[in-house]
Amino acid sequence: MKMIENKIDAHATHSALVRGLVSFAKKQWIWAYFAAGATYFVTLLVVPTGGGAGALLYAALTFASFAVIVGVGQMFVVTLGPGNVDLSIPATMTLAGTLALKFMDTDSSLVVPGILIAIGVGLACGLFNFSLILVLRIPPIIATLSSSFLFQSLAIWSNRGLRIKPPEVLANFSTGGFGGVPNVAIIAVLVSIVGWFVLERAIAGRWISAVGQNQRAARLAGVPVNAVRLGVYTGCAVLAGLTGFILACFSGGANLNMGTEYMLMSIAVVVIGGSSIAGGNSNVPGIWGAALFMFLIVSMLNSYGLGAGVRLMLTGLIIVSVVALASRTGRRP
Amino acid sequence: MIQNKKVIGTHEVPIITLAEVAVSFGAVKALSDVDFRIMPGECVGVVGHNGAGKSTFVNVINGRLSPTSGIVNYAGDNAQADFRNADRARTVGIRSVFQELSLCPNLTVLENLRIPYRNMPLKNWRKEAGQVVKKSLDEIFPGNGINPYSVVADLPIAERQMVEIAIAFSQRDIDARLVILDEPTSSLDGSIAEQLLSYIKRFCEEGGSIIFISHMLGEIFDVATRIVVMKDGRIIDDNLVSKFSRDTLVDAMGHVVPDTPEIQVAKKNRSFGEEVLRMENGLSARKGEIIGLAGLAGHGQAEVLAACTLARSSDWLASRNPQVVFVAGDRARDGLMPLWSIMRNLSLQTLVEFSRGFWINRIKEASLADRWHSKIGIKTDNLMNPILSLSGGNQQKVLFSRALASSAPIVVMDDPMRGVDVGTKMEVYRMIRSEAEKGRTFLWYSTETDEILECDRVFVFREGEIVSELTGDEITEDNLLRTSFAMQESIQ
Repeated sequence: MKMIENKIDAHATHSALVRGLVSFAKKQWIWAYFAAGATYFVTLLVVPTGGGAGALLYAALTFASFAVIVGVGQMFVVTLGPGNVDLSIPATMTLAGTLALKFMDTDSSLVVPGILIAIGVGLACGLFNFSLILVLRIPPIIATLSSSFLFQSLAIWSNRGLRIKPPEVLANFSTGGFGGVPNVAIIAVLVSIVGWFVLERAIAGRWISAVGQNQRAARLAGVPVNAVRLGVYTGCAVLAGLTGFILACFSGGANLNMGTEYMLMSIAVVVIGGSSIAGGNSNVPGIWGAALFMFLIVSMLNSYGLGAGVRLMLTGLIIVSVVALASRTGRRP
Repeated sequence: MIQNKKVIGTHEVPIITLAEVAVSFGAVKALSDVDFRIMPGECVGVVGHNGAGKSTFVNVINGRLSPTSGIVNYAGDNAQADFRNADRARTVGIRSVFQELSLCPNLTVLENLRIPYRNMPLKNWRKEAGQVVKKSLDEIFPGNGINPYSVVADLPIAERQMVEIAIAFSQRDIDARLVILDEPTSSLDGSIAEQLLSYIKRFCEEGGSIIFISHMLGEIFDVATRIVVMKDGRIIDDNLVSKFSRDTLVDAMGHVVPDTPEIQVAKKNRSFGEEVLRMENGLSARKGEIIGLAGLAGHGQAEVLAACTLARSSDWLASRNPQVVFVAGDRARDGLMPLWSIMRNLSLQTLVEFSRGFWINRIKEASLADRWHSKIGIKTDNLMNPILSLSGGNQQKVLFSRALASSAPIVVMDDPMRGVDVGTKMEVYRMIRSEAEKGRTFLWYSTETDEILECDRVFVFREGEIVSELTGDEITEDNLLRTSFAMQESIQ
């Protein structure tokens, strides 16, 4: 009798394990982490020194953090459904970084107002984007692309091509670390945790997902559709402004093309991270895996000594194939 | 139709034979031990509760689903257990009209014909497709006035359904021999449904076959030559229509016979509160009243309801005390969140009402879902299952629960009983009645007369306008028909 019970127990735990594994593998975002891990080890094969592994991880965490913060914002926008994407992220980053650093003018006592300016610029950019979308009924892709020219021009006009240095305190903070973890990574983790809670546990997150699946049905079920969309677009722009601010401090000053690579990056981390490009179904953990993967791919190609041209081509190829693969598996219910 | 006869030739070979067919989705047995065959010229009516397996059954026949076990045999050829049954079904001339409309809304009517008609001659195909659709539409629904060049999304749901039916019967390289109609009349009004039924009879006389699924038993008795009764994934009765009466059929399905007289009595002795709603077109409602919106399908009732809902809720703020809630009839367009679980779909409307803050109160959400799960009898063992795992009627119950769970004083219902079986209908009628007695107001658009007869006051629509208002004893089938058709009659 006892033996049978044991057997049933063993069977039960076994099938629970299998079920757990299956549901684990079903989570789209797992694959981004596998890819990042694999790339990490392949890169390590050619990194000569003993300290290479730790240094590579530290660098990866640092650079992935910037992609993660803008990625979380972009994820919420993509969740709103087909056609929703914010292409003004790079310009918003540049404008926020430029204006904030110009205001602080390397004066460490003005750090707090500087941050507020960066956030304020983000808010204004988001509001502007959404008013184009709502009032003038311009499709989001075109609205955000055209407003990004405006933001970029404002940035050029305000700093006239000069590189503005950050205050000493901020430069040290953004390049520094705490307990072996880069400070920017800590900020990015906090942003992702908040993002996860909003998406999974807040009413706002439900509403965003509902609008992304069926806007008309959401509206008829009492979801304040315009408020939801406004919140998402301004939220995304605020995160972009914040990233621009930190990135400007990190790289020793704001310059006009500092945001360029984040246009593709912000979208790639969302899609590679397993969020559905058709909207309604998103996740936060995948963004981290994807951001690490994107950085590690570049450093892998670097450490194999490939030229810049080959490197760019391969990066592009990898992104395209991952996106193609991800959207194919994502379409299955 | 002459070609049709030539292809069919003899009446001896069944178009399709199923032997001991079973279909299961994981642990769920959707179909078991099904034996079935259909001969040319037969019209088979299929009846059963929601979730009895009717849709699975016809999906095996049209090849969309491959049976887990058993044999499917098309026009005398043995089918193998591969996944090419859809092709086989197409080549023997099996076509389907689904309950969930399956036209591409962004394409025109004639382009929608081009999709199933795969090897249509390329030269001048638009013109030809337009003619083919037009011909088929005119043959089935004389006087329909649908332009083959209009975009499907711009058509009202009744006309979309008509287009889909016409496409299924249209002339192509392979003639239609067996057409499966899954709830074809659920969004059509009486006269149009009548046209369809008489066309079905003509089609069968000329040697075609029909499988006809409907919850309206009158229609089944009208057109079917044979009736198949389904219950819990099995065929429990399969016999000539003359062997059934309305009562024996209802008994076979396992229904409780509805006690309408009792409801009728309760209805006559009611008084209402103050007026809670008045619209520019003259539509008004008092507290606790059940208002019916009648008239032919597609005469502006749905638009009025949507406008009423949108005007009383906001794009910018979600209210904890909403004025109005909406029950969708066109589930895919107006109601469902297809990626979500049953529970999330159910709680969407009331999130702000029970949560009282920024975060979702997940304990209250679960208890709300549990309460409605048992109260309205949603057929699932786990509310975390995806909403699309439910049958159409059960999805509709979820949408009902979503709205009724709210505290809103006005409930707007846009033909909400499409695809709902008789038992559930009676349950919902009773629920609506008792909610109305507690002081809720209902606006109820329906294409079915017996639902309109449940109402306290009825507004009849024609061409977007209210043409008459009926109260109390005036609400009769005769009056409804007379007022809906007045214009057409005077022309004749």
